[in-house]
Amino acid sequence: MSKDLFEIGGLKLDSRLFTGTGKYADDSVIPGICEASGSQVITVALRRVDMESTTGNVMDFIPKNMQLLPNTSGARTADEAVRIARLARAMGCGDWIKIEVISDNKYLLPDGYETARATEILVKEGFIVLPYVNADLYVARSLVDAGAAAVMPLGAPIGTNRGLQTREMLRILIDEITIPVIVDAGIGKPSEACEAMEMGADACLVNTAIATASDPVMMARAFGRAVKAGREAYLAGPGATQCHAAASSPLTDFLSGD
Amino acid sequence: MSFYPICAEYSGAPLTEIFAAATESDVRRALGKTLLGPEDFLALMSPAALPLLEEIARKASRLTEQNFGRTIQLFTPLYLSNYCTNHCVYCGFNAKNKIPRTQLTLKQLEEEAKAIASTGLKHLLILTGESRIKASPDYLDSCMGVLRKYFPSVSIEIYAMEQDEYARLVDAGVDGLTIYQETYDEELYAELHPRGPKRDFRYRLDAPERGCKAGMRVVNIGALLGLGDWHKDALITALHAAYLQDRYPEVDISVSLPRMRPHVGEFQPTSIVEDRDMVQVMLALRLFLPRLGITVSTRENAEFRENILPLGVTKMSAGVSTAVGGHSQDGDQVGQFDISDERGVEEMCEVLRKHGYQPVFKDWESITEPAKGAA
Repeated sequence: MSKDLFEIGGLKLDSRLFTGTGKYADDSVIPGICEASGSQVITVALRRVDMESTTGNVMDFIPKNMQLLPNTSGARTADEAVRIARLARAMGCGDWIKIEVISDNKYLLPDGYETARATEILVKEGFIVLPYVNADLYVARSLVDAGAAAVMPLGAPIGTNRGLQTREMLRILIDEITIPVIVDAGIGKPSEACEAMEMGADACLVNTAIATASDPVMMARAFGRAVKAGREAYLAGPGATQCHAAASSPLTDFLSGD
Repeated sequence: MSFYPICAEYSGAPLTEIFAAATESDVRRALGKTLLGPEDFLALMSPAALPLLEEIARKASRLTEQNFGRTIQLFTPLYLSNYCTNHCVYCGFNAKNKIPRTQLTLKQLEEEAKAIASTGLKHLLILTGESRIKASPDYLDSCMGVLRKYFPSVSIEIYAMEQDEYARLVDAGVDGLTIYQETYDEELYAELHPRGPKRDFRYRLDAPERGCKAGMRVVNIGALLGLGDWHKDALITALHAAYLQDRYPEVDISVSLPRMRPHVGEFQPTSIVEDRDMVQVMLALRLFLPRLGITVSTRENAEFRENILPLGVTKMSAGVSTAVGGHSQDGDQVGQFDISDERGVEEMCEVLRKHGYQPVFKDWESITEPAKGAA
């Protein structure tokens, strides 16, 4: 099998697991997470970045070979997301940006309209934009039109570890959307990441489930393997499922005349 | 729109009887739910919940970790001024108390800001007494010109303001509002606030909502537990937080759980809030509002602060002085109240790490444009 590469913003990636930097008891575990998971893309909230810090900056723990995906956590409107993205670029965090526009702190659900607006502005400014959205076909199409590099629909609300609650909607996005679909948020167990990949998702982003595990490094490794397994299963083309048993000696064999 | 009718309804309800009537089944039902209502909070705050406290604590701990990770955001207060026109009987800055009154000049403020910033802290809470003439909106605006050079996040804990005054401070770079109702018992409130602008119960009660409308990112409320019936105050605090969270979903709502501490003056707490009571309140809050920020100050002693780390806390103060100029100015200043945990920032961080928690110094990036005329 030829190498199954995955391309975003002109970058070819071996790994289809994106990781994060939030909620760790100690950021020094981050290099171990990157290595164990095999991930090549890591998201970091710009609000946590402190280049002038004397007490430790999360950026110091991100291995240099990782593609940085700063995110706009804390933005409540498109304008705030745009300002945070520009700050991220000015601080040397690169051109990739994960748009998070959330004005509901209870459920942390993304605002599709404001996200699309921010995407449109930032794409024009040369950013590689990966927007975090609800699994909504119309929003996803508007993001494709706006020039997003991928769409990142949620499996369940952020941090809930409730799995692929939006399964049917994800399936539609995977079928209909021509740019990469990266399932972000809600994935609580490696088996759920595996399922998303089996369905044909291009990648998964997992943070809370790894960061809050008793052994985050071991969980990162498990997610790395699950994502690979799911991808291979998707490429292998799983057999169709049905409710009834299928006889191994087909009933219509005699029609072939042998 | 106002929280006042809800506050009045619960304030007038026979809460002692309602708490006493809650059963173990009510508590277990609340424990099993994902989305809890006020009746569940009542059950978790009732005596029937006490035998199940460990089980409740385990759930609270899981929820806290899931929502906030093993992190504690650090901040410290900076007292700008202790001039005050209020006569709050429980407060060290009470206008009647014969203490030296002072207000930082911008030069002194810069020294104070530098001293705090040198500890690595990035989240600041600025406080004043209630004197609109001394600590005027213009003065606060000027202070922000200094502070935003050092701190990406500045919250205020000052007198209750109008919505447009809060909005002006938001434009100047303030992103958080802390304002405590002290007690939600309107009659007791009148007794405790015999004179001064703070006497207006309803104006203060609606202040957090005015802050939400004005664009504050974080609004932190609370009652000073021990002033009145702590069961009632904790319940109405939780309902107030839920009210704000429901109506202003774009605002991070958090709650502080201050307990009465000794201070200059004669008033001492009449209702004693034991450690177990504090824990019960915190756990019930976490289950009722899983995304709620919970702040614990240095009013609490070091040992207690460490013990409650897994139970719901999200923010802690460190390296605290409650006196004006306490971080950089010479002389014997008098604090607003005595603190119990005098550990510096570095020591606090070591302790947090020892317990498996990451001290978070910075969790916001200022994105407001500098206000016109700001330094």
